[in-house]
Amino acid sequence: MIKETEIKPILQAQELAIGYADKIVAEEISVEINAAELVAVIGINGSGKSTLLKTLTGNLDPLSGKVSIQQKSLKDIAVQELSELISIVLTETHFSQNLSVEELVALGRQPYTNWLGQLSSEDKKAVQQALELLEITDKSQRKCGSLSDGQLQKVFLARAIAQETPLIFLDEPTTHLDLYHKIFVLQLLKRLTRKTKKAIVFATHEINLALQLCDQIILVNQGKIIQKTPEELIKSNLLQELFPKDLVEFDAASKSFRVL
Amino acid sequence: MQKTSLYLLSGLLLLLVLLMLNISLGSVTIPLKDILASFFNAEVEKETWRYIILDYRLPKAITAVLVGSGLALSGLLMQTLFRNPLAGPYVLGLSSGASLGVAIVILGGAVFGGVFSTLFLSKFTLVIAASLGSVLVLLAVLATSFRVKDTMALLIIGLMFASLTSAVVSVLSYFSPSESLQKYIFWSFGSLGNLAWQEVFILAIFWLAGVIISIFCIKNLNALLLGEKYAKSLGTNLKQNRILVILATGLLAGSITAFAGPIAFIGLAVPHLVRQVITKSNHLVLFPAVALGGAILMLICDSIAQLPGSNLTLPINAITSLIGAPVVIWLLVRKKKLYF
Repeated sequence: MIKETEIKPILQAQELAIGYADKIVAEEISVEINAAELVAVIGINGSGKSTLLKTLTGNLDPLSGKVSIQQKSLKDIAVQELSELISIVLTETHFSQNLSVEELVALGRQPYTNWLGQLSSEDKKAVQQALELLEITDKSQRKCGSLSDGQLQKVFLARAIAQETPLIFLDEPTTHLDLYHKIFVLQLLKRLTRKTKKAIVFATHEINLALQLCDQIILVNQGKIIQKTPEELIKSNLLQELFPKDLVEFDAASKSFRVL
Repeated sequence: MQKTSLYLLSGLLLLLVLLMLNISLGSVTIPLKDILASFFNAEVEKETWRYIILDYRLPKAITAVLVGSGLALSGLLMQTLFRNPLAGPYVLGLSSGASLGVAIVILGGAVFGGVFSTLFLSKFTLVIAASLGSVLVLLAVLATSFRVKDTMALLIIGLMFASLTSAVVSVLSYFSPSESLQKYIFWSFGSLGNLAWQEVFILAIFWLAGVIISIFCIKNLNALLLGEKYAKSLGTNLKQNRILVILATGLLAGSITAFAGPIAFIGLAVPHLVRQVITKSNHLVLFPAVALGGAILMLICDSIAQLPGSNLTLPINAITSLIGAPVVIWLLVRKKKLYF
């Protein structure tokens, strides 16, 4: 039996400084992400959410400090190996609309397939499981070009699941969705973390929903990046300072932002 | 999968039928019996017939197969690499790049004269120059495609490179003696015939090299259907893949253009025609299908170019454009949107 204290985080960042050669975006960041956690990255436009995500997924080198995944430094992990640790879901829409749902999900198996990308029976099973998990088995032969935004989001999520990585990063998974589907997707993510023990990290503008649903929140604001649980964050004064105070304020009692 | 194999099998059969049809067509009418006889080294009514079949029509038909399949494949490679349904070797200026290479060899040899011309004027150098030309244009288009993400802008850049190279060709032609100029102009009409077995052999080697390289890109091309960021997250070595695809396309489009002249629309139209039949996006399936489709379409175009029942042969480039352009327009109008 493993004691709680011995559980090591999947992803860890210490003394991290992120940004570009000519501009530091944030410094002295420490982030820790554990298995089966749903983590939201919040912050105003241009605050550095995507810079942080790019750094944590290995697409941008940190200015200083290091990111480690399963105790191994990110910069020592080759692209091939990384594809078995991190899967991503982007907002990008420029992909082949001609792909069927099943084909798109099956692409998630690429880290495990042979040089021609042929699917083994094990790969096919993983694809079917991912389709079932997101309840889109009935749409497996549909062309992606014929799906709605919400359905497409599920397909890309299924692809990330099929990739069988301990970590999934999503970039604004709820944009273009109505309120109902926003909640639907976030609930789904939460369920997935419980069911699959994967850690799911997503950037979002839905602060109200994130506070209600996530295990951890990473707040990106004015060069500072702070990780807290929703409760701690609400108690702290940080959310009150997030936006200029002329239009909106945070109400700690109702745990949500209100229009003034 | 079974349905796909059925399509591939019937495509292969169609290819064989068209191959026979193509060989039996021509200004001299040769009975089928004698065509078969000349293949199997049996007695043929006239010895000249055997010569026509084995040393003229057969190499031409094989050239058509290599040219059609090669151009169609390079079209598919371009469409996935650029994730642009309107990409193709002709549209992106690869054929113009190859033309420039050929022009420098044929016309430049005459302009600069002397040692230069004897050094240059072999078929092999022609192929190398054409391949280099198309690789250079491809690199230039690729370099600009990093800055410009827009689909339309990329095509316009391809067009600009095409007109740049044709401007250089014009300058070269202006200073060239009429003899070399005529030679270049006939080349630019495009022709599948006039290739000796030795030349067909050289073309086949380049074709094979291009095809083998692109087979190694199949898995990465599938990943690229999702875009470069996803491909990278799936473990794709983007840079290496890009180099391989460019090399394969340059070899295919370059060598084909060197031997058969600039041939339009096959590379652009065939992948889309094939997608009408085969619904899969997996390049493992699309590859053989597109190669077959290209060969079939090229044989049909060449058979039409023979103008059955007459002594005339039309330039092949004109035929592919006459068929290809309406097909692309029809696809765009009917489907509203083309996918890559």
